[in-house]
Amino acid sequence: MPVRLFRGLIAVSLLAVLAGCHSDVLRPAGDIALQQRDLIYLSTFLMLLIIVPVMLLTLLFAWRYRQSNKEAAYDPEWSHSTKLELVIWSAPLAIIIALGTVTWIATHKLDPYRPLDRIDAARALPADVQYLDVEVVALDWKWLFILPEQGVATVNDLVLPVDKPVRFRITASTVMNTFYVPTLAGMIYAMPGMQTELHAIVNQPVDTTGVSAHYSGAGFTDMRFRFRGLPQAEFDQWVAQLRADGGELNREVYLQLEQPTRAEPVRHYAKVDPALFKAVLNMCVDPNKMCMSDMMAIDAKGGLGKAGIFNVSQLSYDAQRARGLERPRPNYVLAMCDTDTPSYLARTSLSSEAAARAAGNTP
Amino acid sequence: MIHQSAETTSNFLTGRLTWESVPFHEPILLATFIATALIGLAVFAWITAKGKWGYLWNEWFTSIDHKKIGIMYMVLGFVMLLRGFADAIMMRLQQSMAFGDNMGYLPPHHYDQIFTAHGVIMIFFVAMPFITGLMNFVVPKQIGARDVAFPFLNNFSFWMTTAGAMLVMLSLFIGEFSKTGWLAFPPLSGIDYSPDVGVDYYIWALQIAGVGTTLSGINFMVTIIKMRCPGMTLMKMPVFTWTALCANILIVASFPILTAALVLLSLDRYVGTHFFTNDFGGNPMMYVNLIWIWGHPEVYILILPLFGAFSEIVATFSRKKLFGYTSMVYATVCITILSYLVWLHHFFTMGSGASVNTFFGITTMIISIPTGAKLFNWLFTMYRGRIRFEVPMLWTIGFMLTFTIGGMTGVLLAVPPADFVLHNSLFLIAHFHNVIIGGVVFGTFAAVNYWWPKATGFRLDPFWGKVSFWCWLIGFWVAFTPLYVLGLMGVTRRLSHFEDPSLQIWFQIALVGALIIGCGILANIAQIVVSIRKRDQLRDETGDPWDGRTLEWSSSSPPPAYNFAFTPVVHEQDAWWDMKKNGYVRPTEGFIPIHMPKGTTAGMALAALATISGFGLIWHIWWLAFASFVGMVAYAIYHTFNYDRDFHLSAEEVTAVENARTALLAKAKG
Amino acid sequence: MSSHAISNIDRKTFFLREEHHTENGTMLGFWLYLMSDCLIFCSLFAMFALFGHSYAAGPSGKDLFDLELVAVNTGLLLLSSITYGFAMLQMAQGKKSGTLIWLFITLIFGAGFLGIELYEFHHLIHEGAGPQRSAFLSSFFTLVGTHGAHVFFGSIWLVVLMVQVAKRGLTEANCRRLSCLSLFWHFLDVVWIGVFTFVYLMGVL
Repeated sequence: MPVRLFRGLIAVSLLAVLAGCHSDVLRPAGDIALQQRDLIYLSTFLMLLIIVPVMLLTLLFAWRYRQSNKEAAYDPEWSHSTKLELVIWSAPLAIIIALGTVTWIATHKLDPYRPLDRIDAARALPADVQYLDVEVVALDWKWLFILPEQGVATVNDLVLPVDKPVRFRITASTVMNTFYVPTLAGMIYAMPGMQTELHAIVNQPVDTTGVSAHYSGAGFTDMRFRFRGLPQAEFDQWVAQLRADGGELNREVYLQLEQPTRAEPVRHYAKVDPALFKAVLNMCVDPNKMCMSDMMAIDAKGGLGKAGIFNVSQLSYDAQRARGLERPRPNYVLAMCDTDTPSYLARTSLSSEAAARAAGNTP
Repeated sequence: MIHQSAETTSNFLTGRLTWESVPFHEPILLATFIATALIGLAVFAWITAKGKWGYLWNEWFTSIDHKKIGIMYMVLGFVMLLRGFADAIMMRLQQSMAFGDNMGYLPPHHYDQIFTAHGVIMIFFVAMPFITGLMNFVVPKQIGARDVAFPFLNNFSFWMTTAGAMLVMLSLFIGEFSKTGWLAFPPLSGIDYSPDVGVDYYIWALQIAGVGTTLSGINFMVTIIKMRCPGMTLMKMPVFTWTALCANILIVASFPILTAALVLLSLDRYVGTHFFTNDFGGNPMMYVNLIWIWGHPEVYILILPLFGAFSEIVATFSRKKLFGYTSMVYATVCITILSYLVWLHHFFTMGSGASVNTFFGITTMIISIPTGAKLFNWLFTMYRGRIRFEVPMLWTIGFMLTFTIGGMTGVLLAVPPADFVLHNSLFLIAHFHNVIIGGVVFGTFAAVNYWWPKATGFRLDPFWGKVSFWCWLIGFWVAFTPLYVLGLMGVTRRLSHFEDPSLQIWFQIALVGALIIGCGILANIAQIVVSIRKRDQLRDETGDPWDGRTLEWSSSSPPPAYNFAFTPVVHEQDAWWDMKKNGYVRPTEGFIPIHMPKGTTAGMALAALATISGFGLIWHIWWLAFASFVGMVAYAIYHTFNYDRDFHLSAEEVTAVENARTALLAKAKG
Repeated sequence: MSSHAISNIDRKTFFLREEHHTENGTMLGFWLYLMSDCLIFCSLFAMFALFGHSYAAGPSGKDLFDLELVAVNTGLLLLSSITYGFAMLQMAQGKKSGTLIWLFITLIFGAGFLGIELYEFHHLIHEGAGPQRSAFLSSFFTLVGTHGAHVFFGSIWLVVLMVQVAKRGLTEANCRRLSCLSLFWHFLDVVWIGVFTFVYLMGVL
């Protein structure tokens, strides 16, 4: 089949270019990313059908009709040909119809919100399949992963069992980020107060990295995490080890953790507050805050009327997370906790100013 | 907490501006400042020594002649290109060295400003002035008009654009620029997450320049609709004018959305409203929608006029009528309309449903159909032509080859599941540089080489032109092929430091490519300098050096202030070609007085006040912002009391100018 | 495109010997400006449509708006549009003082509108329902305030034109300016009808 041949050719030439380096997008470890890669090949092939002739004709015409070539035909008034125009409009149209059909199918099939329908190309998903849930929070500037079933959590360390379908629920603490593990599946935004989803699967043991693909501030460049796919037995072992190591992620620990830090090392938590992710998503980890879901329920009923006007401290979220001026300075004050400041207001110097404002005292 | 005082002690007189706002402690900026100051002083001294201030003021700064304003736009664009390119080199250098333990030479604080400034400058203060400059210089002449519809407004628009550029440049030396990426997505660009002046510089620079752009869009629409000479029906307009019309429709119909989006962002920052905040019911995704509803038409605003320029160049240098004029026009109109239906493809990954993504993916692909038709039209214009490989034609062929690849990667990115792995990666960066450099920049250089002799009366030196072409073409591919490769390796954008050493070689290759482009820019400068020195050898006395086809080639080079002593009458699409073929005899007597608008200082004064007002707003110097804004309104009102805005060029003066041309033409023949 | 028809011109004629007068483009240009302004209002209406129910557990339009006051306000603005129309009729007849009188009445109505709007804003902010309270109030203040700012600058323009007409009479340039302001004033009226319907009526009823 010529299509397959051409796809092979493109694949080979691209791989030749990428030889010697690990190309996460073109040699993925997960079925979703694999299908996305195949789609890149197929679309590229479809477009090359028209791109290559155009480029060759450009060079050919430029050469053949050069001024010095007196043998070539010269027809200065020839400027219209209905047949030719039909071709030049319909050729791209045909390609786009083909590509559009492919797009239609693939976009629906690879919709990140859609549950998987296979383990990989060879294996269908069993009917009674259980998804592994992973809750993801993009923090300043690190990633928090919660495995609610296992009751454990990590920072900057994502471990998944091989051939197990995974459902990610993704949000962020302050600004927009993008959750992206190139070898696993395409990216999706992580946004505060909102939840996005991603379904994916990893099909072979792998040890690589994931990143935030959307710029989020000063520590963005270090906002990468280790991503591993482990066989189920090793994964279970890893979870057991994590549980044995101890450490608990509750609301207070989270409020400390969400403060801006750069190049955060891996952290593990043996125990997680099961309501934490929901609280993060609703921006009410701090118990003094009104949850977004509650606020929206009130709003749907028409608000709280004038009685609710001065009800603002419960709602304010960004101001407590405000970043300070980020000019380089001779030395950093890494934390400025004092006994009078509630723990969740203590910040690194990056936002000391906001802490001072919120706590009402001057450092 | 040294800098805390800078924030909290905002005082009445200077707002939050203090001596600490001037980055004395940053050696790179200090050196840049000293270099800029020295160059500025040198230019100032040179102009003073030559006694040219009066000339510059009277003949250029206050001029409302569309040709001079066009040239000033081009100068602005080129100066800003140098700044934007310096940013590019700094980024390439940082990314090629910052691996493992080596953190590079730029801290994130500085690097993040650079990539933001690079994007903002290249789009708003390089590409936009380039296309506006070209339209200014060419459109009125192509339609046989004396000037644009609102000449004063034109001058004002130029100075407002310049004012925006000034504010961006000022941010280098006073305070800092935005660290949010070139579109300033909230909540990151909100006051809580970007409390410093950077985003404010961004907002006011764009708002002030945006006023200029919108007004100039209205100006050109009216010019093209109302001021065409007799006989020039819509389907006889030159293709460049058609594309200019469509680009300006896009400007008028999209820049207000940018204005609105930035107003809302600034209200969030200045007043404390909650449009794009996380709390109190705000929604940052609305900003993303608004900014891209403007942003996608914007890329067609940039490329359409250059599609027009390529059409003119291909026809002229193939010595052949443009193939498929009608389908070219329809293709342009299709692109104009479709460009409003695709904005969501910039954020497929933001979690919209599959149906929405499919819709926007397919509309995006549909744009490639008229674009493809255009490419074929250029191709078949070359077919059975007599192609002269002058510099403009080289750029055009370089464009056709380069842009095709950029278009292909663009359609690839329009396939949502493919975009999921390529979005925000270096593949995306390579793609849009492929279309912007390959389309807008190559197009601008093609157009500059093409129309330069019209503007100055002498051609640009072809040797240096070819050097610059080859440097740009090779440099582009050396710089951006590695980025395509890196994107396919899953490397994302805006990173200032990497861990994986195997990536480094690609960034080093990209740096080499950027340096080759740098040589191309040096060759551009050399080309201009050499051409000015050799202007007598390169002189064109006919006014029609390329055997052109459209009306602008019918006048002398440089054209007289009034463009056409007698209003032309058009019978065919290629009006000047038709005139040459069908026995047009240039009139040499019977000239009549010509009604002309007077120059004015109002444009400059208003833009200067706008700059000061913007500066006051950025630094929270409220009295200054308020006073200069009131000053602006008052000056504008004062200006409307001036009814004496025109004069008549007497018949004798016109006769003198035209006789000089008669003599020149005789000399050229003999 | 009548000005571009050349059926009466010889195929071999390539230029006009006499001065060619192109149509004045000011009205078209101003209309295009209004359309671009209209897009700004469209964006603000879209924001209001989106945020109109984001009360952030605070007050809604029902709790805050005084429909009677707004009805008076609407009446003032609509009347001002009518009186501007009378001014234009006087202008068409070349009656300078009549034009000025009707312009002045229009100005009074415009000022009244602004006064009531400022009172409403002041009242809301005083109650604590300022633009910072919720996304709903942010979009309300921005939409209504932007309209108000247009009326304010329109009124300044009106004063300037009254001075110019008083000084120089109904010259061609002045008549053109009055026509532009007329477009502007009626445009603001149309926008206000949208504001009144979508913001106030639909917010309260």
